[in-house]
Amino acid sequence: MLYNEPSPLEVKVLTRRFGLPNSASIETYLQTDGYQAFRKALGMKPEEIIEEVKVSNLRGRGGAGFPTGMKWSFVPRTSPKPKYIVVNADESEPGTCKDRLLIENDPHQLIEGVLIAGLAVDAHAGYIYVRGEYRYLIEIMDRAIAEAYERGYLGKNLLGSGFDFDLYTHTGAGAYECGEESALLESLEGKRGVPRIRPPFPAVVGAFQCPTILNNVETFCAVPPIIRDGGAAFAALGVPKAGGTKLTCLSGHINKPGVYELPLGFPVMKMIEEVGGGMRNGKKLKAFIPGGSSCPVLTAQECEGLTMDYDAMAKAKTMLGSGGVVIMDEDTCMVKAALRIMRFYAHESCGWCIPCREGTTWLRKLLQRFHDGMGQRSDIGLIGDLAKNMLGRTFCPLGDAAAMPTISIVEKFAHEFEDHLNGKPCPYEKAERLAIA
Amino acid sequence: MTFSPELEARFDKLLRSYPPGRQRSAMIPMLLYAQDEIGSVTPELVEEVARRIGVSPLQVEEVLTYYSMLRRKPLGRHHVQICTNISCLLTGGEELWEHACRKLGIGHKEATADGHISLEEVECIGACSWAPALQVNYDFYHNVTVEQLDRLLDSLRKAQ
Repeated sequence: MLYNEPSPLEVKVLTRRFGLPNSASIETYLQTDGYQAFRKALGMKPEEIIEEVKVSNLRGRGGAGFPTGMKWSFVPRTSPKPKYIVVNADESEPGTCKDRLLIENDPHQLIEGVLIAGLAVDAHAGYIYVRGEYRYLIEIMDRAIAEAYERGYLGKNLLGSGFDFDLYTHTGAGAYECGEESALLESLEGKRGVPRIRPPFPAVVGAFQCPTILNNVETFCAVPPIIRDGGAAFAALGVPKAGGTKLTCLSGHINKPGVYELPLGFPVMKMIEEVGGGMRNGKKLKAFIPGGSSCPVLTAQECEGLTMDYDAMAKAKTMLGSGGVVIMDEDTCMVKAALRIMRFYAHESCGWCIPCREGTTWLRKLLQRFHDGMGQRSDIGLIGDLAKNMLGRTFCPLGDAAAMPTISIVEKFAHEFEDHLNGKPCPYEKAERLAIA
Repeated sequence: MTFSPELEARFDKLLRSYPPGRQRSAMIPMLLYAQDEIGSVTPELVEEVARRIGVSPLQVEEVLTYYSMLRRKPLGRHHVQICTNISCLLTGGEELWEHACRKLGIGHKEATADGHISLEEVECIGACSWAPALQVNYDFYHNVTVEQLDRLLDSLRKAQ
């Protein structure tokens, strides 16, 4: 099912079957080149598969943007241990709602991507870790897996090749942190989702202490088109060093929120104006989150001339992240935005690392006090200092994820914190309520 | 403990899904699917799951406290989960939350006296582009207005 009208500016590669009748069925999939890439991959050497993925310049779509082909090449293929493929479908980064659509509309594309990854590293089993709230997706995925077993695309001796592969779904039970790969693996093993120290990375010691490829849903879904049409064709859709398209989730104060597949390197302002139909109620853009709530926030001015790709975002001192774009208009209270984001991270911090556990809690309290009109001038610096003390001092990136948006907001929108000292409690609250009505 | 045949089948499948000696992996799915059937994670359920996957009940206890969807006490039959995270906040999620609390006279993780409806303010549920959004048990509701929420709560009150 589609929840928003597609845009004519989209380049539909991963989403090309969206909207077809019964797009999730294996019949529709087979009629539209489905499992052709897997057939082709069966005739390729593992190194050739990995090379094709490298050529495609595919980078991890979960948020970190690590080159996928390189990640796959780290798996010791000749290790006597079994190898595993794990799909991260724990989509929880605020602002992100794309993996849902890929599974709902085209689950076989994901299965095929997993199978090709299995061939590349000689793995024979895979797990799709789906966040607990997405129960309906597990039902869709289980149906698709059953169809694939019936048609011989999963199970023993696939298409007479001698290659066996079993695939399972696995539900989470509510934990943002399990989207981090090592925490996800702990959770998959029936433990608390606390992160592991790395190295060793999952490529070497992953699921069940065995070599593991762990990627985001969208990353695996990009693999069948790459193998079918060639890595170079995929690379050509994007920019140098970042190939292909990115599913971009527009949300917030925009006329046409929705999930759109856009080529990497798409201009930010064009995306807001033409894909997203412009700002809601003709308001001005105030702040822009490029890829989920953990990214440093950009001002409207910083968005001018900016493009949606990993390197351009890094240059702007933020991240492309997961593709969860959040758009905030001139009436938004940035103290409140910072507070809401921090409330989330304080809720989700597992408490394993002290800087994160204490930092998120104290920042939440400080921001709440500020928003309630009881802040002090010295708190503005304190918020920044506390957040900076979390950076790089935790096992997993949750501490950084909490610190980065906070630092950017308190530095770029310091005047709004000042305004809260003068116009108590929140000088923006009224305008904000009106904007919603 | 006895469960429905569907849940027993689900458990069997789960216990066969992981490598030999790794049945502990089935713990979290077993707890969640069982909670869906019996309403909460009871001490008996903890014992039962521990026995079936070959760990101590304490090892199940320590895991279950980590996951926000697992609960020791039952909530309402219709568990209304309203997101107020950033994208929903910007589009009226807080208004939905306040309206639901007022209308039902209950707060976060509380249930109505008849045990029919419960409320929870939740973190991002992955519906940001169709915000504000909520879930009733596992069903999604997108682009929800206060009026729609009001009608939804009325219909849940009447539903069995």
